[in-house]
Amino acid sequence: MTTRIDARFAELKQQGRSAFVTFVMAGDPDPKTSLDILKALPKAGADVIEIGMPFTDPMADGPSIQAAGLRALKGGMTLRKTLAMVRDFRKEDNATPIVLMGYYNPIYIYGVDSFLADAKTAGVDGLIIVDLPPEEDTELCIPAMKAGLNFIRLATPTTDDKRLPAVLANTSGFVYYVSITGITGAAAADSTAVAEAVARIKRHTKLPVCVGFGIRTPETARAIAENANGAVVGTAIVDVVRANLDAEGRATPMTVAAVADLVSALAQGVRGAKQAAE
Amino acid sequence: MNPNLPNSFRSGPDERGHFGIFGGRFVAETLMPLILDLEKAYADAKADPAFQAEMNVYLKDYVGRPSPLYFAERLTEHLGGAKIYLKREELNHTGSHKVNNVLGQIMVARRMGKKRIIAETGAGQHGVATATLCARFGLECVVYMGAVDVERQQPNVIRMEMLGAKVVPVQSGARTLKDAMNDALRDWVTNVHNTFYCIGTVAGPHPYPMMVRDFQSIIGHETRKQMQEAEGRLPDSLIACIGGGSNAMGLFHPFLDDPSVEIFGVEAAGHGLTQLHAASLAGGRPGVLHGNRTYLLMDADGQIEEAHSISAGLDYPGIGPEHSWLHETGRVKYLSATDEEALAAFQLLSRLEGIIPALESAHAIAKLSELAPQRPKDHLMVVNLSGRGDKDVPQVGDILKARKK
Repeated sequence: MTTRIDARFAELKQQGRSAFVTFVMAGDPDPKTSLDILKALPKAGADVIEIGMPFTDPMADGPSIQAAGLRALKGGMTLRKTLAMVRDFRKEDNATPIVLMGYYNPIYIYGVDSFLADAKTAGVDGLIIVDLPPEEDTELCIPAMKAGLNFIRLATPTTDDKRLPAVLANTSGFVYYVSITGITGAAAADSTAVAEAVARIKRHTKLPVCVGFGIRTPETARAIAENANGAVVGTAIVDVVRANLDAEGRATPMTVAAVADLVSALAQGVRGAKQAAE
Repeated sequence: MNPNLPNSFRSGPDERGHFGIFGGRFVAETLMPLILDLEKAYADAKADPAFQAEMNVYLKDYVGRPSPLYFAERLTEHLGGAKIYLKREELNHTGSHKVNNVLGQIMVARRMGKKRIIAETGAGQHGVATATLCARFGLECVVYMGAVDVERQQPNVIRMEMLGAKVVPVQSGARTLKDAMNDALRDWVTNVHNTFYCIGTVAGPHPYPMMVRDFQSIIGHETRKQMQEAEGRLPDSLIACIGGGSNAMGLFHPFLDDPSVEIFGVEAAGHGLTQLHAASLAGGRPGVLHGNRTYLLMDADGQIEEAHSISAGLDYPGIGPEHSWLHETGRVKYLSATDEEALAAFQLLSRLEGIIPALESAHAIAKLSELAPQRPKDHLMVVNLSGRGDKDVPQVGDILKARKK
């Protein structure tokens, strides 16, 4: 099975550069603006797109992404609408990998089998589910693999060498290394420590390793991209969405353009990296 | 007979932390290694006679156990049915059953070498118990409490601060217990290397529901022994209020395999089950939140709904996973009491027995008032008086004063 994720990383490897992975919250601040943002991302330089599935109780997220999810829910976003958004995106872009990221409960309530079928049909390539560790693989990870979706696991500074094989066992697509112990949007990652951690993970897997949490600027993105197969930016993008809303929290004519500008700048950072990690 | 019923209701959870389909370990990878460490540390402690011996000393001399099993004569006369006993958990040091569990977890935390303790709290009873034991053992203590609860449970906030704890008012969501738990989990993910999360109820990822139940089971074990001494036999029924459900699980668990004992849990029905409430079994369905699968209040999209109860300690949209399982197997019957019923019971017990109960425990008293008159005079009924009402006096006083106007 080869997904758009596998194809994209193979392509980038040939070009000798790392991936720029962007995170946006589905439905933030409203479904239409959110779709426009999504469509603007590949043009601005996003190689892989993570779409957050809004949830009322995101226990691993900091204030920015919590607020983004609540804005989306207030705007009427649901998991069904998130899948519809991916379907609309796919009408124009059949190459950029889409990874849905979020928490298990909305999927569990949707129904695992129907969710996987609908996600696959919509053009989703992978899933990152924060509250499903390998101990709960029978819930969604194994069914997702059977349905032809990548299940991308988070590895963290607390995932030691003894535990890594279990974490990597059913992982596909890429490995998402969480550079800090903490929530999204917290302290910046230290690129030396990240380089060591990526090297450690690579001793256990041939999969690409992308690094996220704590990357906000083109400079940090570049430093991370020199030491990993991809750099993920989420909170900084979500913050720009919020900064470009009107006083009532509605989109303005600036919202989409401001996100695209930031993403372009970050993409330049990643593309300026000297050498992607092998 | 249902062929799916287990041979014993007391053998759970399985090694993966499941009670039937409920429970589990739905947590971020950052926490998973620590949760496995905790599982091991708790298993070691449980097998170590020195651990139990040390616990027993503190339970007796610091907490003040055993708590009395008190025959409530005037309440019994008033209701005119079953003979009512109160299990007096409100007499424990710190004023509720919460201290039983906190003592156990703090002893485990010490074995694990953790110096920083965090906790979530609703009514503040768990927060006070945690702050108390952290003071006793010289540990740093941070308590997350919804900003709404900080307002309505001021006496407990002041107590926690006097005990040296830092109380963090949580501003996210509905600013009550659920949100306090979210922020406690966020703290834990961030400070996982030195921090022990002392969960206040029989919920969260495995091994918490099992461990908290074990520490609270002293309530039921004592009740068995005390009832034997008082009446020469087992009680006929048990009643306890349920938010997450730790006081109830503590009383119920030692009796689950005694088929003659009827067991009732009482959820908070708030303004009523068709309006805002906190009765997750009556009004919810199975979902996944805060590390476990259990009954939750949520909408059609799986978004968690805000609970409502007059009692901050029951104001939570979920319930411990073992209760969900006992509900589905039918071993325990779950009822619910409204804010109004709890208020009436609060006053009834104060006037008849000279005991001001916590608003949480008043929910159990409310249903007791319905069940007891339907039963014969030789029926022995035990209600868990899980906490005392000092913390609720300002809130209830304001409500009653407003009504007189």
